[in-house]
Amino acid sequence: MTHDAPRLLPCGDTAFTIEFGAQIDARLSARVLALDATLAAHSLPGVLETVPTYRSLTVHLDPVIADPAELGRAVLALADERPEAGPAPRLWRIPVVYGGAFGIDLEAVAAHHGLAPEAVIARHSAPDYRVAMIGFLPGYAYLEGLDPGLALSRRPSPRPVTPAGTISIGGAQALVASIAAPSGWHLLGRTPEKVFAPQRDPVFLLRPGDRVRFVPTPPERWAALDAAAEAGEPVAELCEG
Amino acid sequence: MSARLHITRLTGAASLQDGGRRGYLRFGLSASGPMDPLAFAAANGLVGNPADAAALELGLAAVRLRAEGGAARLALAGAPSGLRLDGEPIAAHRSFLLREGSELTVERPREGVFAYLAAAGGFPVPAVMGSRALHQRAALGGLGGRTCREGDRLPLSAPPAIEADRCVDPIPLEREAPIRVVLGPQDDLFAPAGRVTFLSEPFTVSNRADRMGYQLDGPEIAHGPGGFNIVSDATVAGSVQVPGSGRPIVLLADRQTTGGYPKIATVISADLRRIAQRRPGEAVRFEAIDLAAATRLARARASLIAGLADRLRPVEGEAERLMRANLAGAAVDALHAED
Repeated sequence: MTHDAPRLLPCGDTAFTIEFGAQIDARLSARVLALDATLAAHSLPGVLETVPTYRSLTVHLDPVIADPAELGRAVLALADERPEAGPAPRLWRIPVVYGGAFGIDLEAVAAHHGLAPEAVIARHSAPDYRVAMIGFLPGYAYLEGLDPGLALSRRPSPRPVTPAGTISIGGAQALVASIAAPSGWHLLGRTPEKVFAPQRDPVFLLRPGDRVRFVPTPPERWAALDAAAEAGEPVAELCEG
Repeated sequence: MSARLHITRLTGAASLQDGGRRGYLRFGLSASGPMDPLAFAAANGLVGNPADAAALELGLAAVRLRAEGGAARLALAGAPSGLRLDGEPIAAHRSFLLREGSELTVERPREGVFAYLAAAGGFPVPAVMGSRALHQRAALGGLGGRTCREGDRLPLSAPPAIEADRCVDPIPLEREAPIRVVLGPQDDLFAPAGRVTFLSEPFTVSNRADRMGYQLDGPEIAHGPGGFNIVSDATVAGSVQVPGSGRPIVLLADRQTTGGYPKIATVISADLRRIAQRRPGEAVRFEAIDLAAATRLARARASLIAGLADRLRPVEGEAERLMRANLAGAAVDALHAED
């Protein structure tokens, strides 16, 4: 089910969602991020925070300052406008150690698709992904742009704990995990980079709209990179923007 | 050394919360903050704090505290709990001075879940990303990123000013009242029968209830033909998501910020405290209202919190209080007038 015209969906008296569609789709994500940039430029009274996702933008508001229904209609009208140019997207090169203890599902994912593990790594590290949304837990970056040939539905039962820095795929999505958490996704590798570091400025490395490229990294380099990241040094590389 | 509150005994959940950590929803971090914002604001008001100062949130907890290195002006509001000052009963919903070396005992609440202990000047733990509220999953704020434990010492601000004790009428828990919701954002993904079940059948709070959300037991809510998986979108405090089990989960202060289950409705902001104060096993009924009514209620709640300071009264003697007892209902009626 797709909707050509965006829909205004109520989320109680403190938020509403502008939904562009029901699917993961690069064009929908681009429209979401464009509306997010437009709203940031307009600073409408009562708007507190916005949350872009793959297919929708949720706007949090103060119902004392703004009437939620009126504000919703105003933002919906902006959603149909031509987007204003947002900030130039940044590109991050993020080191990833694939397979083995770092990515325990690499072999199984390769076997499922009839590919060699090296081919899965090549396909996973080829694209420039876009951060479509950050959610679920602090800093969890959900990426758009996974090679469709790697898409794979989630595991039948989630694992109770997956480590911080896990690089995984689920369905058509690719993920950079920030902190240890349960997950039903397929674990391809791990990055020493901390995309969520409360003592660092900025606390969150990635922003919605950023581009991400994974750099296959030999396991021998893990210890040094991990130590650097623990010491607060950047191990991801900011290339553009 | 400045004054501290030494937690000498604690059972149940206790964490420091302030008005919440705003501005990070787009980075996956929910705001945290009090589960019952009205009781939290009342406790702060009683000790002369801004409504969003850091206070100790007690969840089905019993605690014993001793003032060390100085005195503390304290007040407890929220779930009705027995209070003793050096063994002598003292009322909640009033401020009082805990002198150095004196001990305060807060019993597990008789009903409801959350009570708030405020101290004049707040609890000056370091603010993390603009807030002192504990977000347990992210290990941010609170006391070094964690909940409070026996043996902890909570820092206190400068010695409290000499002032009269004040009181306010207890805040009703509204334990029998329906939980009001605005339908959506994904009510259209449910079978008509599922929507009827949601709004007409009783649910009960399950044992899986914490600051992230309350899972409810009860009848299954039927999804529509599209099933129960959606491409993740954002949640809000009060989102009622319905996973494959058909059993709803009401997402609350420390919730996940996005989720892949459809959300049939959203609890109105004014009623978040109503559901938060229900214990496992207690009944929940939902009632749909329109967005305009929900907005009016949100504004009335904001006015009520802003006006709390004007409702404070000096603490009177017991005899005077009893003489006035027939008048005490008036303020409670005023509280209900926001409905």
